[in-house]
Amino acid sequence: MVKWSDFERAAIQDIFSKIDYDVVGRAAFSRCLIVYPWTQRYFGSFGNLYNAAAITSNPKVAAHGKVIMAGLEKALKNMDDIKTTYKDLSVLHSEKLQVDPDNFNVKLFSFYCLTIVVAGQMGAAFTPEVQGAFQKFLAVVVASLRKQYY
Amino acid sequence: MSLTDKDKAAVKALWAKISKGADAIGAEALARMLVVYPQTKTYFSHWPDMSAGSGPVTKHGKKIMGGVALAVAKMDDLSGGLLELSELHAFQLRVDPANFKILAQCLQVVIAIMFPNDFTPEAHVALDKFLSNVALALSEKYR
Repeated sequence: MVKWSDFERAAIQDIFSKIDYDVVGRAAFSRCLIVYPWTQRYFGSFGNLYNAAAITSNPKVAAHGKVIMAGLEKALKNMDDIKTTYKDLSVLHSEKLQVDPDNFNVKLFSFYCLTIVVAGQMGAAFTPEVQGAFQKFLAVVVASLRKQYY
Repeated sequence: MSLTDKDKAAVKALWAKISKGADAIGAEALARMLVVYPQTKTYFSHWPDMSAGSGPVTKHGKKIMGGVALAVAKMDDLSGGLLELSELHAFQLRVDPANFKILAQCLQVVIAIMFPNDFTPEAHVALDKFLSNVALALSEKYR
């Protein structure tokens, strides 16, 4: 079981209380599709993803950004047992969506882009210690998403 | 994923905006790396103080950014331009090349904090490609 220090718990709750889910979700997800264009392979039904401008104004991208944030909020509300909370989500990603689990890597892709967007929003308040707590949270989320893969 | 002319132009444009703050970016990125990725502290066990704002961190952050500036200048031939730095990292420092990605990430987070309006997704992808190529050039002489 993951142990959260008081600081980590507070820092993570604080981040989520300060960010606008719609803005951040959309910005992070579109950044992911722009910076790592191969991730577009999973979103063939989203229509026009031809360039950065198209991606950032695409309504399906915005909608999916919200879906991702809703998923993260579930983890936020169940920080002491994200693994169980994410069991169905993990099965979904592995069996139905068949997403390569490397895409979940915190150092890359969607969650790294989330870190960048949150950093831009929070500015200096996103201190190294806060970044550490946030990345630990995302690492647990990633591990839980990978859990049900073979 | 080699750099297109568009990438090079984007990196140069971003660098023009951020280079005045290069020393601060380097120091902050290094300090951040030591906190967020504590395994990297093993390379600096000889430093009396690893905290943000300390002498060694500030000085070394500046040195790192000197390397980045060199890479920007030698963008058209990174392997050639960074040859000596590669030899330094390969034979003397022996930094595991996996750490280059970690530092690159910290640099980008700091740039996002300090220059939120300039670090657009387009600038981000160009810089990410550039730093990946820098890491590759630095790894050249390892084996």
